[in-house]
Amino acid sequence: MRIVLLMALLAPNTVSAQTVEGSWTTASPTRERQQVLVRVVRQDCGSCHGMRLTGGLGPPLTPRALNERPLEALVSTTLYGRPGTPMPAWNTLLSTADALWIAQQLQAGFPDEAAR
Amino acid sequence: MRHLRRSCRPERLLTALGLAAFALLTGCAGAPRQADAGASGSGDLGVIVGRANGTLTVVNTSSKEALGIIGELGDLSHASVVYGRDGAHAYVFGRDGVLSKVNLLTRHIEGRVVQAGNSIGGAISQDGTLVAAQNYQPGGIKVFDARTLALVADIPATFDAPGEPGKRSRVVGLAELPGQRFIYSLFDADQIWIADLGQPGPPRLTKFEHIGHQPYDALVTPDGRHYIAGLFGEDGLAMIDLWEAQPKVRRILGGYGRGQEPLPVFKMPHLRGWAVAGRHAWLPAIGRHEVLVVDTESWAEVARIPVAGQPVFVMAQPDGRQVWVNFAVPDYHRVQVIDTPTRRVVTTLEPGAAVLHMEFTPKGEAVWISSRDADRVSVIDTASFATLATLPVEAPSGIFFSSRAARLGL
Repeated sequence: MRIVLLMALLAPNTVSAQTVEGSWTTASPTRERQQVLVRVVRQDCGSCHGMRLTGGLGPPLTPRALNERPLEALVSTTLYGRPGTPMPAWNTLLSTADALWIAQQLQAGFPDEAAR
Repeated sequence: MRHLRRSCRPERLLTALGLAAFALLTGCAGAPRQADAGASGSGDLGVIVGRANGTLTVVNTSSKEALGIIGELGDLSHASVVYGRDGAHAYVFGRDGVLSKVNLLTRHIEGRVVQAGNSIGGAISQDGTLVAAQNYQPGGIKVFDARTLALVADIPATFDAPGEPGKRSRVVGLAELPGQRFIYSLFDADQIWIADLGQPGPPRLTKFEHIGHQPYDALVTPDGRHYIAGLFGEDGLAMIDLWEAQPKVRRILGGYGRGQEPLPVFKMPHLRGWAVAGRHAWLPAIGRHEVLVVDTESWAEVARIPVAGQPVFVMAQPDGRQVWVNFAVPDYHRVQVIDTPTRRVVTTLEPGAAVLHMEFTPKGEAVWISSRDADRVSVIDTASFATLATLPVEAPSGIFFSSRAARLGL
């Protein structure tokens, strides 16, 4: 099961949702994909932002830190990175729909990983 | 049997030295498990960080088994560990700023101090009396009495940023130097500092400025002579020869990217560890799927070796014959082994998804590899590459063996 999930991560194009310039009409990731994304954020984003997203080399990604930020800015930072900082562009691994869902969850309070 | 052994453990009464004698007197020596032999020595002990559940699994590298678990250590994502020189006490630096002192023989937490909001590691002084933590928030280092964890020095990493005088920098690349000194890099300030605690009174600070843009981690060579800081913000590394009468910063491997657009770095490489094999240092390139080889006599580039992804750890076997490399996501299911005389990748292993760390046994006949998403640690024979054992550990990350107690720079 986990290997299947990882494969999904490595091949984001198999997941729905294409960017339409200037619009957010992207389909929500499937429930399965959402589980992958929770793991990606907690574990891989967590290597800089902390597994609890309280910050590290990267800034905190808590609701308190992000609530005032426009959703579009969070999606853009996720997909294209922040030049001049260690934040990389994740668009080879994450779709726009992925990034949007992640940004929404971060602002709402990011879910924990399901018990394994 | 487990219950019997526990009831025989006299940690409150006796020192570790007395354990064997006490065990004989009370008949506990009759407990047949080989692991108990570890209770009288520490040379083959180690710990594996469980990053999801805040535990340390105590292991024996001879019997290749888990001996027990030390729990409730807080947020151990990115946790690192240094050893007291008895090899039995370890200091754990948690992401949440908690510094814990644990005893591997009794598997008890002996001390705990909330010393910062966000921490990424530490070092222990040459004589083992001082433990230093490097902190992101608030940026700086704090030095503690290794025995009591009482605060000895608080050294904020302040600098004057444009428009922000007195700003505090995140600290990376902390290492120990001979003579009660600690050296570290200031990510936000492009500086390297040395704090000297070898005299009474406040620590004496030596600051190197304009060392290069965004030092992200650093290492001290095994002889304690050179400090090398990797730079995220430019192609190259900053190096200081600490044996010079007036140490100064030199750029090494400048422009190794040759002006090409860097690939995304999904995880920062870690430099601390075993980068030096013979006269060469083996270093991860930033934004390139390469390991860079530099001559530590001339500091000229010797070779660059294409590898399977963005290197995270580039670690030389204790004898320097092999260099093992793991990678950032999405290539972190692989580990590659470089033969140092021929400078060729001789094998590519897939020990389990999300390889986060590797640790050699004290003389390097085996390497232990943590696979986070496979929930296991694999013990691999460095001669045959056969898997000698696997240990189930939930979301394992850093592996730290007690042989680190005798290494300079950690």
